[in-house]
Amino acid sequence: MSIGHTLLGLLESGPRHGYDLKRAFDERFGHDRPLAYGQVYSTMARLLKNGLVEVDGIEPGGGPERKRYAITDAGVTDVAGWLATPEKPEPYLQTTLYTKVVLALLTGRSAAELLDTQRAEHLRLMRELTRRKSGGDLADQLICDHALFHLEADLRWLELTAARLDQLAAQVTR
Amino acid sequence: MTGAAAEPLLVARDLRKSFGRTCALDGAEMSVRAGEVVAVMGPSGSGKSTLLHCLAGIVTPDAGEVRYRGDRLSAMSDGARSALRRTDFGFVFQFGQLVPELTCLENVAMPLRLAGRRRRDAEAEAARWLERLEVAELAGQRPGEVSGGQGQRVAVARALVGGPRVVFADEPTGALDSLNGERVMRLLTEAAHDTGAAVVLVTHEARVAAYSDREIVVRDGKSRDLEHTS
Repeated sequence: MSIGHTLLGLLESGPRHGYDLKRAFDERFGHDRPLAYGQVYSTMARLLKNGLVEVDGIEPGGGPERKRYAITDAGVTDVAGWLATPEKPEPYLQTTLYTKVVLALLTGRSAAELLDTQRAEHLRLMRELTRRKSGGDLADQLICDHALFHLEADLRWLELTAARLDQLAAQVTR
Repeated sequence: MTGAAAEPLLVARDLRKSFGRTCALDGAEMSVRAGEVVAVMGPSGSGKSTLLHCLAGIVTPDAGEVRYRGDRLSAMSDGARSALRRTDFGFVFQFGQLVPELTCLENVAMPLRLAGRRRRDAEAEAARWLERLEVAELAGQRPGEVSGGQGQRVAVARALVGGPRVVFADEPTGALDSLNGERVMRLLTEAAHDTGAAVVLVTHEARVAAYSDREIVVRDGKSRDLEHTS
């Protein structure tokens, strides 16, 4: 995720202090990974240098954390450009799982067991996300759904690979 | 999971079943403890529905045994097995399980009526379950007049109304879109958890299986408990 663009986007609704920005970010997007203070201030320093934000005011007491930041016109254009640019879909062409399966076959280990162990681990995480989703608000539900759909895709691949192991073994050990 | 350390309620050992030349089960095993939700997963044709039918006493295995609370199902008379299915088991299938001529309320009240409850009591209890499953407004409608998701929630109410110890659900969300499927699963597992009923859930969808406490995988008629592989 682009932290810079996200913080810029949060500034569009009005000027904020660094601390407020961190809190707003964590509340909406932080979930398992809250933003470090240091990252907020280093990002704001970069945005300031690039003219995407400006200092709107400094509270008495001084110090960098007392600065209130406002987005500039260039910043608004930058956010609009980021939102309008589609994210590059992950090609998933170099997967650790596939590598492990092939190596297991090449070294005479049980690839089926490897796939079953992985499947159990995926399902364990899916159960955890499903529980979290059941007790969560809409934001939680959507974030968990995103993860669940990806894990489900992995599981379908695991199932398909398990069904084709003999074929794959014949091919890689040829 | 509740009752994790308790004795299994339902145990299947070395089940074998063929239909003509087709081998559906070839040494399937599984156990279900009180109050737990167990997903039975596997590819199409792997034998998972046959396993469920054997566990519920609908199909008699060619070999192996199913014990429910210590008693062998195959040692029971047909009448005793039917009575067990009526009193201790509840069923939810993919579709076609509601009687089209009856209203949703009458459908849900039916297991209680078959158990000898008076109409007024049975329908009052059924109305409570319809409300619990968030379909109270459908009481007077017939199954043909409601959506697939609503019909499945009525079916879940009917499966749970009699206070079963085990609910057998065979692809209960198979004909539903994601949102409706999730709603049915949430309501089914919450209600089962609150009443202490175990659920045996046959599904090929991982997102549905994620509502379970653990999974059994069936491949080529053999089942394996993934709890012990990791």
